Amino acid sequence: MGRDEALFQYLLRLGDNALVLAQRLGEWTGKAPVIEEDLATANTALDLIGQARMWLTYAGEVEGKGRDEDKLAFLRDVSDFRNVLLVEQPNGNFADTIARQFYFDAWNVRALGALRGSRDARIADIAGKSVKEAVYHLERSSDWVVRLGDGTDESHAKMQAAIDDLWMYTGELFAADEVDRFMADAGMGFDPVTLHAPWLEEVERTLDDATLATPGAGHMQRGGKQGVHTEKLGYLLAEMQFLQRAYPGAQW
Amino acid sequence: MKEWPLWEVFIRSQHGLAHKHVGSLHAADAEMAIRNARDVYTRRNEGVSIWVVKAADIAASSPGDKEALFEPANSKVYRHPTFYPMPDEVKGI
Repeated sequence: MGRDEALFQYLLRLGDNALVLAQRLGEWTGKAPVIEEDLATANTALDLIGQARMWLTYAGEVEGKGRDEDKLAFLRDVSDFRNVLLVEQPNGNFADTIARQFYFDAWNVRALGALRGSRDARIADIAGKSVKEAVYHLERSSDWVVRLGDGTDESHAKMQAAIDDLWMYTGELFAADEVDRFMADAGMGFDPVTLHAPWLEEVERTLDDATLATPGAGHMQRGGKQGVHTEKLGYLLAEMQFLQRAYPGAQW
Repeated sequence: MKEWPLWEVFIRSQHGLAHKHVGSLHAADAEMAIRNARDVYTRRNEGVSIWVVKAADIAASSPGDKEALFEPANSKVYRHPTFYPMPDEVKGI
């Protein structure tokens, strides 16, 4: 695997994680449980869109085929997306959305923290800008996990169910493949395995505060990073890409 | 969530200026109120500091007392500091 190919794939993964999660969060706009959450969720989505733009712009430059952030976001098919399966999972109820966000934020803060030390100056710069947002996202999502977990019987049950249901999508965050190993060896990325212990420690601590049980080890789904997605991503892209597909080059 | 209390939000826009009332929101407690205020009222870099106060804890003057409270001052021109020219450089007053 050549340097440019590994770097391109790596940047797509970072960009697609942010883009797909932002699109999911955007689905709440106008119908979140309360208006304050509506705005806060949309804020988080906008932060993630900003991160996705920086990663995908850089990815397009590395690829060198004239694809910019928009072409990469709106004109790639499902199997060309490189996000982890976790972020494409549907919003479900509010607890499902919070569990997905919490698992991702706890990883993202550490991933971006590690990338700040990347030997690739552009990666280090993007990570440095993004990590401050991620820290705030994690504060918010952890707070909700605790409020709902340690809330009423009903909110506790829903939060626990969400934590359990999404657990099988967390393993992929820490599974290294050829691309990860290349980037880690080159000093441009990090070995995902090294994030697992600190991530788990934080998850356990928060779930403990929330009076929730941390799921035990079990079978983990993976494939998103290599382009093998759940069927849910196709529907998400159909909505997100519709305008550019139906009216190529349309602008507003 | 219907029972979340109402909070009044005050934002200080820059160092040296006073906090200013910007609006209100609902939140379960003070911590959540500050986060919500951050997301609702400071998305465009409006502030450096946020105060939140439970709306129920604010004591307000009664509109019926307006005459007794405020009108006596209007007839005493010497109480209004309008005779001093302000230098252009002085801002925020």
